[in-house]
Amino acid sequence: MKSLEELAKIRDEARKMMEIRDGESGEKTKIVVGMGTCGIAAGARETMGAVLEELEKRNLDNVLVTQTGCMGLCEQEPILEVEIPGQPRISYGKVTAEKARQIVARHVVNGNIIGEWVINR
Amino acid sequence: MSYFRAHVLVCAGTPCMLKGAGAVKDALCREMERAGLQEEIRVVETGCLGPCDDGPVIVVYPEGVMYSKLKPEDMSRIVQQHLLKGRVVEELVYRPEKGKTKPVVSLEDQGYLDRQYRVVLRNCGRIDPDSIEEYIANGGYEALGKALTGMTPEQVVETVKASGLRGRGGAGFPTGLKWSFTAPITADQKYIICNADEGEPGTFKDRLILEGDPHSVIEAMAIAGYAVGADKGIIYIRGEYHLSIERLQRAAARAREMGLLGKDIFGTGFNFDVEIRTGAGAYVCGEETALIESLEGKRGEPRLKPPYPGVAGLWGKPTVVNNVETLANIPPIILKGAEWFRSIGTERTPGTKVFTMLGDIANQGLIEVPMGITLREVIYGVGGGIPNGRGFKLAQTGGTSGGCLPKEFLDLPMDYDTLAEAGSALGSGALLVIDDSHCIVDVLRSFMKFFQHESCGQCTPCREGTYRLYELFSALADGKAGQDVVKLIKELSQAMQLSSLCGLGQSAPNGVVTALKYFEDEILRHAAGECPAGVCRALTTASRAV
Repeated sequence: MKSLEELAKIRDEARKMMEIRDGESGEKTKIVVGMGTCGIAAGARETMGAVLEELEKRNLDNVLVTQTGCMGLCEQEPILEVEIPGQPRISYGKVTAEKARQIVARHVVNGNIIGEWVINR
Repeated sequence: MSYFRAHVLVCAGTPCMLKGAGAVKDALCREMERAGLQEEIRVVETGCLGPCDDGPVIVVYPEGVMYSKLKPEDMSRIVQQHLLKGRVVEELVYRPEKGKTKPVVSLEDQGYLDRQYRVVLRNCGRIDPDSIEEYIANGGYEALGKALTGMTPEQVVETVKASGLRGRGGAGFPTGLKWSFTAPITADQKYIICNADEGEPGTFKDRLILEGDPHSVIEAMAIAGYAVGADKGIIYIRGEYHLSIERLQRAAARAREMGLLGKDIFGTGFNFDVEIRTGAGAYVCGEETALIESLEGKRGEPRLKPPYPGVAGLWGKPTVVNNVETLANIPPIILKGAEWFRSIGTERTPGTKVFTMLGDIANQGLIEVPMGITLREVIYGVGGGIPNGRGFKLAQTGGTSGGCLPKEFLDLPMDYDTLAEAGSALGSGALLVIDDSHCIVDVLRSFMKFFQHESCGQCTPCREGTYRLYELFSALADGKAGQDVVKLIKELSQAMQLSSLCGLGQSAPNGVVTALKYFEDEILRHAAGECPAGVCRALTTASRAV
């Protein structure tokens, strides 16, 4: 260890990996995947996997990924919700792995809601 | 770096491990693999979370849900419902207030942590103690960097002095003052010793601090080394503290690899390294000069003072001996300043205190609260009260060498001075709660048995005194003592307090002296052949009839 800057670099790297333990803070974008039995049957596990992969690939650390139970819209599963701080929560339906990747890219990163997949806003 | 959507922190402190945390973790990992979650969720072993009596405990983030009293067979439900589907398994959630039907879901909502203030335990149960990166992520080694690159050694000593930090090993001696004795001495070698020979019965805070956050102590020792001009640190730790020793060794090795120990730290030319030495289980070696004797390979017997270790300690060299908890306070003081530290606790004793609560109390375990908190707040607040519908009889603060305080003292603000005035001690932070089903004579007899076993035998008042006190209390319990015994106990206790060589003999009678003050009637009734609590078997009606 040669300098405080070197320490700060290690700190910031490690900090990213631990952010999740700060709990749900208002400043983070939240992605919620419906993970009821209906969701899982419709492929929510693959959707979740794709979301995590995409986040990792893009090195996005300000995003919190959680799951939720059945919302009563089983025919629309897998359902994925995106909540960017200060904006209304957007629900997407029939989100396949591929759609999930695009939602991360277009909505979470660039802020463009993908209108044709939205089921509730 | 892979992205994990959740972290599961498994408490891997000794109390939880003894209750089967290892098997719980294995079951968790197995179930996660079955559900295909091992790439999505990270499992982290962490230090003590506090509610030791309710172990094994885990915390699931980001929600911060704490589950307690887990068995391996519970893990399938937690994985299938919570980790997979996001549904909290309510019946397994930790309930600090027993009998409360509604479980508290997030760590932040739990009264258990609300009443606490975590300085020493800032990382305990929050980070993986085996990961230096996680320690650094929470600001670790920044204090060392700040001290080395931006402060003179004198400024470091002054900051610690101004903070009012007092030794948390029991005596409460001002830490900055201790450092200021050693700093100005010119010597070819000085030492920093971390006293981790935690021997006070009922105290296990140092163990859990070292298990949960070993780097905080290593960093503090390096800061102390810089402040007083020492380049060598020794951690003298109880040999039975296997997990603490392993974690310390790994932590020191990682710190060395990263250049946070060793030569030219932060490019400042400052060298410091630590060595870990294990004790062999003698209570008296917690006394700093006996500890030094033991380190030198001699019998663990206290030295005559002066000279004090600060001037002539290990191998005759100036040596600073600080307790684990004292040291763990140092990095935050350097980072946040003396004023911040003084804003916590009381005027005479700033800061917090880590307590281990045990005995007849609902939430046994490890807590950290601001100094000056009352016994009532600790016992009935954080501690959750006395179980089984029993009443409070006494609390012994400071471990077996502390005094016995009756209920009149429940509202006493606890710090070193107020407790000393009450005839007890804050000591190492053990808090033994005893309910009204116990007999004071029986309790004192067991205390005295401990001391007569642990007296090192060097000085007569302690060697003979502890033995005689044990005999006298045994006689009381067995109905073989007359009224004059109480007078004898008083005289003997006073002689020991005044003439013993070290703290062991001086404080061994504390429990007896306070009990004679506050429970005299109960003791006298034993001399008259009656045990009001019905505990001493020789004095119960049934055995008298025979």
